[in-house]
Amino acid sequence: MIALLSRDIALAFRAGGGFGLSLAFFLIVTVLVPFGVGPEGGMLARIAPGVLWVGALLACLLSLDRIFALDHEDGTLDLLATAPIPLETVTATKALVHWLTTGLPLTLAAPVLGILLNLPAKGFFWLTLSLALGTPALSMIGAFGAALTVGLKRGGLLLSLLVLPLYIPTLIFGAECARRGAEGLATSTPVLMLLGITLGSVALLPFAAAAAIRVNLR
Amino acid sequence: MDLTVTDLAIARGGIPVLAHVSFALRPGRALVLRGPNGIGKTTLLRTIAGLQPPLAGKIGLPAEDIAYAGHADGIKATLSVTENLRFWARIFGTGDIAPALAAMDLEGLALRAAHSLSAGQKRRLGLARLLVTGRRFWLLDEPTVSLDAASVALFATAVRAHLAGGGAALMATHIDLGIEEAEVLDLTPFRASPTAPAPGGFEEAFA
Repeated sequence: MIALLSRDIALAFRAGGGFGLSLAFFLIVTVLVPFGVGPEGGMLARIAPGVLWVGALLACLLSLDRIFALDHEDGTLDLLATAPIPLETVTATKALVHWLTTGLPLTLAAPVLGILLNLPAKGFFWLTLSLALGTPALSMIGAFGAALTVGLKRGGLLLSLLVLPLYIPTLIFGAECARRGAEGLATSTPVLMLLGITLGSVALLPFAAAAAIRVNLR
Repeated sequence: MDLTVTDLAIARGGIPVLAHVSFALRPGRALVLRGPNGIGKTTLLRTIAGLQPPLAGKIGLPAEDIAYAGHADGIKATLSVTENLRFWARIFGTGDIAPALAAMDLEGLALRAAHSLSAGQKRRLGLARLLVTGRRFWLLDEPTVSLDAASVALFATAVRAHLAGGGAALMATHIDLGIEEAEVLDLTPFRASPTAPAPGGFEEAFA
């Protein structure tokens, strides 16, 4: 598992690995929003948590089809399926690598981008916390979607269509947590719901993703 | 423990390709699968490797004893030869990659990035991966594709050393490797009638 983890992180940072693409996309989306809705500070402050969450979610989506497609193309997935590590470990590790190279950088970048959107000072902590708790679920659900579409040529669009509806609960509770935090309201309910979604995804979806890959390798 | 295949029937894309295939492979022996294109050599190897379920019949060997090498070599272009090989050695829990590099004459290329290798050199790297798996039963699908004569000889030497060490190899290949321990199994007599429906397939679900 550590071998796979370190290899995939190394691959992400090498040429064509795609690290930074999601981050750049997130930056651009967030910078574009004030141009679109106008520079009025009160309005921006009100929509900032939601915009940052939607931006992070779309940025996350951008790199999903790489999770298994590259390994499927060059035959690595066949070989991993016959290797001594269980396929469930492979899918969990792949999701973890996706989070480390996408979700974690997005979480760390979000407070900086919050400044651009005039996010209230109280909101920074809750925005970062909600992204830190929610992005693992985005990676794991995305890995499941990627596993479902792994054998398909140009499966990227289908993957987005499959995964976006599954992202809705995470988005609702994540953005709600950030919004309530920014307005100084109680946040324990959305935090707990978000945590529940993440823990549930991480506990169950590696098995579902491994089963999907087994079917797709036939 | 032998690799025994009993009355195996397999399908590709829901269409039966081979039926009633039976053979046994003892350690120290090699079996070469022959047959025209499309007969199901790759499907048979993938089924034995555990990548797809058979329609019928039994495979008497746990998938944990098998190292599979398909058409694609599983090489990451941006990693070096050593990094590629060390990754597989760590996955399979074996340590030293130096003997595998030496056996496939890759020492001079060890630090080169895999994307700068030629097709034949990539294939040699893919075959070196088999040596670091530490598994006894090799399933090889067209292992000599894009290899030159010298590399084929190198590969035949590696297979012979593997057989002498108690391993076994089941390979689909069209060329003669000159391995005395190898028997040949022609799959043509086992061709399944393509009209016979696959039992338990999708058709059943929609009936």
